[in-house]
Amino acid sequence: MLAQLALPIAQGGGPVIPTFNRGSDCVRENRQFCWDWFSSHWSSTFQPRLIEHIELTAIAVGIGFVIAFVAALAAYRWDWAVNPATAVFALLYTIPSLAFFQLMVPFTGLTRLSAEIALVSYTLLILFRNMLTGLREVPPDALEAAQAMGLTRRQTLWRVELPLALPAIMAGIRIATVTTISLATVAAFIGVGGLGEPIFNAIQDGFKTQFIAAGVLAVLLALVTDALLVVLQRVLSPWARTRAA
Amino acid sequence: MQGVPDPGSAAAAIEFRAATKRYPGREAPAVRELSLSVPAGEICVLIGPSGSGKTTAMKMVNRLIDITEGDITVGGQSVRSLDLTELRRGIGYVFQQIGLFPHMSVEDNIGTVPRLLGWPKQRIRDRVGELLELVGLEQSDAKRYPGQFSGGQRQRIGVARAMAADQPIMLMDEPFGAVDPIARDRLQNDFLRLHAEVRKTVIFVTHDIDEAIKMGHRMAILRDGELVQYGTPDEILATPANDFIADFVGADRGLKRLLLRKLAEIELSPAANGERDDLPTIEEDTCLRDALSMMVTQRVSALTVLGTGGERRGTVSMESLAHFADLDRADTEVEA
Repeated sequence: MLAQLALPIAQGGGPVIPTFNRGSDCVRENRQFCWDWFSSHWSSTFQPRLIEHIELTAIAVGIGFVIAFVAALAAYRWDWAVNPATAVFALLYTIPSLAFFQLMVPFTGLTRLSAEIALVSYTLLILFRNMLTGLREVPPDALEAAQAMGLTRRQTLWRVELPLALPAIMAGIRIATVTTISLATVAAFIGVGGLGEPIFNAIQDGFKTQFIAAGVLAVLLALVTDALLVVLQRVLSPWARTRAA
Repeated sequence: MQGVPDPGSAAAAIEFRAATKRYPGREAPAVRELSLSVPAGEICVLIGPSGSGKTTAMKMVNRLIDITEGDITVGGQSVRSLDLTELRRGIGYVFQQIGLFPHMSVEDNIGTVPRLLGWPKQRIRDRVGELLELVGLEQSDAKRYPGQFSGGQRQRIGVARAMAADQPIMLMDEPFGAVDPIARDRLQNDFLRLHAEVRKTVIFVTHDIDEAIKMGHRMAILRDGELVQYGTPDEILATPANDFIADFVGADRGLKRLLLRKLAEIELSPAANGERDDLPTIEEDTCLRDALSMMVTQRVSALTVLGTGGERRGTVSMESLAHFADLDRADTEVEA
């Protein structure tokens, strides 16, 4: 995606936007990256967009988690629920992202709600599949032991099945989160902010610093979030040191 | 007695009363009218070829498999009348795959049933410490995870877990089947020693006749869902009920009877002096079969038996061993 977005800049050539005439030489000449411009625009442009981006992602993964969790528990319990749930989530997953955001506008307008509906939809298939796989791969002998020791069905779920499925669930959350961080840049298309906004602006005016700064921030956000999730998983499942996905 | 075999009580008798298990769509029942009683504190081995219904019979006790007809009582109470979770929390369960929870520390694994029963934390911790010692593990193992232990050690943890709430009954489904022969032998010996201390009523399923003879106070031999013979290992080896049993226990059943006794348990000829000094020596806690094996390999007809302190207890001859292997002489202390 970055490579595609980079094209218009490469073709952009010299400074064409009047604002370039203000500021430092670096900005006027539109060099690759101008630290001075970045640092002077951090609090007005990048920090608020970064926070919006984190909000977009967290809400999407959070809501997606709840929906996928309920669906996975149902599918784990009742086999007939697996195929319909998978079909719906897979269908949502195949809708092209730009089209999806545009598709929601007539219903929910140029709002964060539109963006979240699309973003949540993309998390569902990944989260659902990982949760269901995790639950199904719980060793049968652990289940037999739980049953024989007189754990109720609910106790078995919360004390045995979910803890054992945790590494797979966390692996799903990591993929879903990184995917959502990447997709959320496209949500700027319908004007809901996030790091996509400075990227779209830079595509239009060809200003490299803004483009690179926003792009790099999105990548860093994904890497840092993923690393934090890995740490979280290790803390939550210390027994699965080598089995983590 | 009320409720389940009260956790904490010493032991409870188990009685099968014409217990039958039928599966829908199958003509022959998996277990047919099984009736036998296991006195409190004894180990009863269920043995038979695969498909004989031995595991099914065992699993009917804690209703992992439902009884179709008939009944089973534990401590005089019908298992069909007891609350399922309560019944199961009152019965220890050990099986070949062990089924330790990989995400829980050893301490939490062992403490599973006490936690379900609502014991205070400190009591659980004390109990875990006690059990680790009982099954021969280190106190420092409490915080480790099952994945860090060998198969034999894991099985010890499984046994500890099955006794955690001092359940009066234990069900064991080929518990030592998945460990190597050396570890198995050690586990068997340790379990017998442990059982002598804690005196649970145990139902032990195996397909290994040697294990059955070694572990069981009583053996129930099943075939095609029916009980063929029930008695002490000595009775069954001495007087098999039919050809199937004779075949099943093996042509060497006379020799197997020698496994049932140790030198310390038989009468020895007084220690002779002088001329018998050259006899090979053997310790008195050796079983008769090993003594015979020693005589054969060393080409002697008698051995000098040593006590635990190394003192001479007497001599044993091949003749006296043959007496105990004699198939016509069934001497039974326990009756079925």
